[in-house]
Amino acid sequence: MTALLEVSDLVKTFGTGEAETRVLRGLSLTLKVGEMAALLGPSGSGKSTLLTILGTLMKPTAGSHVMLGVDLVAADDAALTTFRNLHIGFVFQFHNLLPDFTALENVVFPTAVRAGRETPAARARGRELLTRMGLETRVDFPSANLSGGQKQRVAVARPLMNRPDLVLADEPTGNLDRESALQVMDLIAEINRDEGTTFLISTHDEKIASLCRRQIVVKDGVITG
Amino acid sequence: MLYALKIATRYLTASKAQTALLVLGVAVGVFIFIFMSALIGGLAEFILSRTVGDISHVTITAEDRDPAILISPEGHVLAVTERGRARTATLAEAATYLPLIEAVPGVVAVSPQITGAGFLTRGAQVAQVSVTGLQPGRESAILDLDGYMTQGSVRLGSGLIVLGETLADDLSLRLGQTLRLQSSTGVSAVLTLSGIYTTGNGMIDASSTYVSLSTARTLFALPQGVTRIEIKLDDLNVADATARRIRALTGLNAVPRTDGAEQLMEALNAQAQTGYFLKSFALITIVIGVASALLLSTYRRRPEIGIMRAMGARRGFVIFVFVTQGALIGLMGGVSGAALGYMALLPFPPRDAFEAGTLPMDITQGSYGLAITLTVIGAILASILPARAAARVDPVTAIGQ
Ligand SMILES: Nc1ncnc2c1ncn2[C@@H]1O[C@H](COP(=O)(O)OP(=O)(O)O)[C@@H](O)[C@H]1O
Ligand SMILES: [Mg+2]
Repeated sequence: MTALLEVSDLVKTFGTGEAETRVLRGLSLTLKVGEMAALLGPSGSGKSTLLTILGTLMKPTAGSHVMLGVDLVAADDAALTTFRNLHIGFVFQFHNLLPDFTALENVVFPTAVRAGRETPAARARGRELLTRMGLETRVDFPSANLSGGQKQRVAVARPLMNRPDLVLADEPTGNLDRESALQVMDLIAEINRDEGTTFLISTHDEKIASLCRRQIVVKDGVITG
Repeated sequence: MLYALKIATRYLTASKAQTALLVLGVAVGVFIFIFMSALIGGLAEFILSRTVGDISHVTITAEDRDPAILISPEGHVLAVTERGRARTATLAEAATYLPLIEAVPGVVAVSPQITGAGFLTRGAQVAQVSVTGLQPGRESAILDLDGYMTQGSVRLGSGLIVLGETLADDLSLRLGQTLRLQSSTGVSAVLTLSGIYTTGNGMIDASSTYVSLSTARTLFALPQGVTRIEIKLDDLNVADATARRIRALTGLNAVPRTDGAEQLMEALNAQAQTGYFLKSFALITIVIGVASALLLSTYRRRPEIGIMRAMGARRGFVIFVFVTQGALIGLMGGVSGAALGYMALLPFPPRDAFEAGTLPMDITQGSYGLAITLTVIGAILASILPARAAARVDPVTAIGQ
């Protein structure tokens, strides 16, 4: 398998002087195309920080970050926005959906925001993804009216719209009951298998992590396993 | 950006009560703007029509010739011809000049007149009056008598007289009654009261009378010519130049009537300034209202904005979403405020029927288009600050993992 992304000697510090916190301390990591990896570590170990940097939402204090051959440390905001839209998808733990939009409208967003409108093709794909998530009866539901598990399944469908190379999921099951959590993980595994999308999923839940083929452990700002 | 428009409208419809309140606030501002426009415009119209609108802007009167003097070669005055006893100097060839004067640019109306004084008698009651002979068909050329008639008609024929309500009350006159008018030259005539007017001007209502030019000829023993030609212009500011032009053209003594006009124009100008001031305040209120509401909205929607940015929405897209909200609020508030303003102005009498004692609102001067345009522009400007704040939202802190 070829390398999808490579970060090396990543350093991230927050604040300055007395208040300075070193969260990442020279972290290096390579993800290959088609991987499904769990990012494990106790709370506060820097998992979210790493995902945020890998997702180009934040720049590291030092170190290199290359994905698909593009140097993402040097890129400007406009270039990163486009790169994100085309190649990276996110699943967050909280505040995931746009509450005033339906399930389908949420799912087609990444395509519509690029095209400038909701194309019929995008709607068709959105419908198909929602069906795949078992939400065919909830397509036109206002997202605020969905249950927690349903919301998170919509949130897993949405980043897949633009067929990204990498989906970063930050504790996607952290807010769900066991049954919903396993359902979401099943769907992720299915997409990973069928579409070859690379997943990096942070969790502090060993059980969830065991569902992934690779486990990456972060401790004290470096990869320990 | 159709998609940004969709999101903007969804944001506005998502919190209907809040949006409705905001639109109402904008509409009230627009309403005030329109009300002020109609009031200031109508007031100016009203004041102009009641002052310079009802008077002659250029007046031609007959010149008294200088007495002829016989001077000796040494410079002594040997003889002076005595002034004629005949009271009135006349514009003998007035009729021939009328078409010439009417053709002067800026002249809207020309009224040849014979003026004089007289005594009005009804039974034992006597009143001293001024008498103006007007050309039938031009009765309302200068003073809008037609517009001020409260009884009868302004149409002056031979043997008819029109006078003011105060005078009619003083002499207990009713329409159709006859009365005797004796002129200062001693001629008297029996006339029928055919119309009563109220101008609001005490002098005119209490002591002016109007008869036809031919009746005035008899009364003042003037077989031909007139004593005075009154001219109305479309622009009072060119009265000086127009008077000069008429003098050059006809050789007649044309005098501009601009005394007091400058002060009046200054007063009207000050009134308009006050109007601009109040209208600016209405606009500023709209801008502040829209800006604060949208700023609150950007704050409330920070996590969503962060998610949109994470999913590849550019900063420009976020700006567009919020500016579009501002524009839509401005448009809705502007249109509904303009409609409210128009409806509120409907009950007021139209501009040519302003009544003393009521607000002279002119529905045609509501500046509806301007109000809507300025409101939309104002709302767009107001949304720029919140939109920029929204575009600067940091997805990481906004999503707040
Ligand atoms: N913006 C920030 N400013 C200051 N400290 C931060 C910031 N973001 C994260 N941290 C700190 O970095 C450490 C790692 O946080 P995080 O990456 O969220 O860990 P995890 O996701 O593994 O729980 C924590 O101690 C946290 O307080
Ligand atoms: Mg975290």
